[in-house]
Amino acid sequence: MIRIKDLHKKFGSQVVLNGLDLDIEEQGIIAVLGPNGSGKTTLIKSILGMVVPDKGQIDLYEEIVIKRWKYRQNIDYLPQIANFPGNLKVMELITMIKDLRGKEARDQELIEFFKLQPYLDKKLNKLSGGTKQKVNLVLCFMFDSPLIILDEPTSGLDPISLLHLRDLIQQEKEKGKTILITSHIMNFVEEVADRIVFLLEGKIYFDGTVSQLKTNTRQQDFERAIANLLSEEYVQDFKI
Amino acid sequence: MYKILKYSFFDLTRSSWSYVYFFFYLLLGITLLFLNNDLSTAVITLMNVIIMIVPLIGTIFGVMYYYNSREFTELLLAQPVKRSSIFLGQYFGVAISLSLSLILGLGIPFVAYGLFKSAVIWDFVMLLITGLFLTLIFSALAFNIALSHENKIKGFGYAILLWLFLAVIYDGLFLLSLVYFQDYPLDKFSLIATMFNPIDLSRILILLKLDISALLSYTGAVFKEFFGTPLGAVTSMGMLILWVVFPLLRMRQVIRKKDF
Repeated sequence: MIRIKDLHKKFGSQVVLNGLDLDIEEQGIIAVLGPNGSGKTTLIKSILGMVVPDKGQIDLYEEIVIKRWKYRQNIDYLPQIANFPGNLKVMELITMIKDLRGKEARDQELIEFFKLQPYLDKKLNKLSGGTKQKVNLVLCFMFDSPLIILDEPTSGLDPISLLHLRDLIQQEKEKGKTILITSHIMNFVEEVADRIVFLLEGKIYFDGTVSQLKTNTRQQDFERAIANLLSEEYVQDFKI
Repeated sequence: MYKILKYSFFDLTRSSWSYVYFFFYLLLGITLLFLNNDLSTAVITLMNVIIMIVPLIGTIFGVMYYYNSREFTELLLAQPVKRSSIFLGQYFGVAISLSLSLILGLGIPFVAYGLFKSAVIWDFVMLLITGLFLTLIFSALAFNIALSHENKIKGFGYAILLWLFLAVIYDGLFLLSLVYFQDYPLDKFSLIATMFNPIDLSRILILLKLDISALLSYTGAVFKEFFGTPLGAVTSMGMLILWVVFPLLRMRQVIRKKDF
């Protein structure tokens, strides 16, 4: 499905991706983790074509994606910061994105799901951060694409919406979709992820399931296991 | 591209700034006409204002719009839309809404005053055409600056500097060089130097249209000789078009390689 070969990206003199290889063939939820600056967002943005890699190849459904744009028809993306043109109303924004995609959308269902009806006629600059994030989620999930990319989906959400989001992600998974997630909330990741891809210094440093991670690091607690990945001891023990 | 243009335009027509700009011209037009009671002096005064204000507003609006819609641009970039369509759409959205403010703001008082019956209609049309070109040129330059600078403050700084350079400093340097090299024949030099500054070019075009080039003495005669001919008219229009086309081409080059 996604095949990434030898991906390199530098910003100025700072190497962000350093020969990254990644294959994602299966359906399910894949969490991309790593410390700040490890290249998570750059990786995601390279798949989306927002960052132009210096070297390397990205294939999506057996098609090269670099410098193309039509393939994005099959990706749903949730950006990290939800910021929209302030003068548009919520419904106008949803209509606009639908218009741009020219695809069937299930916006009504999701508006009900996130209880956004009272806000549809409000301008976007009048909304709170959490409500904006909900609009962001509606925009992302309404198209039913086989690949979903979520960059920090939990930010700004209240606990109830967070539960809703978890349900929604599970539903999408059961439909047989591939979902790529980055998040800093570890118990969220532990609960939903089928596979963990841990990035460090622009390379994949660990790739496996949550239980594999726990066994490898000899830790019972997921957060500690992640912290352990970064400790030097482990770096010497386990090199890939 | 048209979809992006439509929504950018839609977004901007709701912004209070477009109305402030519109009312500024409306007020200016009304004041000049009804206090002055003379269409042709009104046109000349307007020219002086337009030549300074239009580039300034185009630059500031362009930079501001680009930086304000950055996150939204990211959302669009993740949609199945071509990169160049996104930025050209936004650019034309800004340029067209500014042009509309200009045309409506000045047009309404002039039409109300009875422009269609007067002989200066073509002077007025010329004024609007150069105003349109200046809007297109300076918003394109602003987009270029903003695209090349991630830092807002830097972007704004360079944009203002560019305006200051073309609107004020360029003329100063031009004048200095004329004084300094006054022993040499300077007609060709001044013609070419004028071509390379869209603000000067617009000013000359309007002045010649108003037929007051006699005020410009010998240089005026040289200019009239050149710009008054069909060749001159075509060249100067061509130059203004190039001033729009080149920044747009550079914009396309930059966005092909840019990371967001």
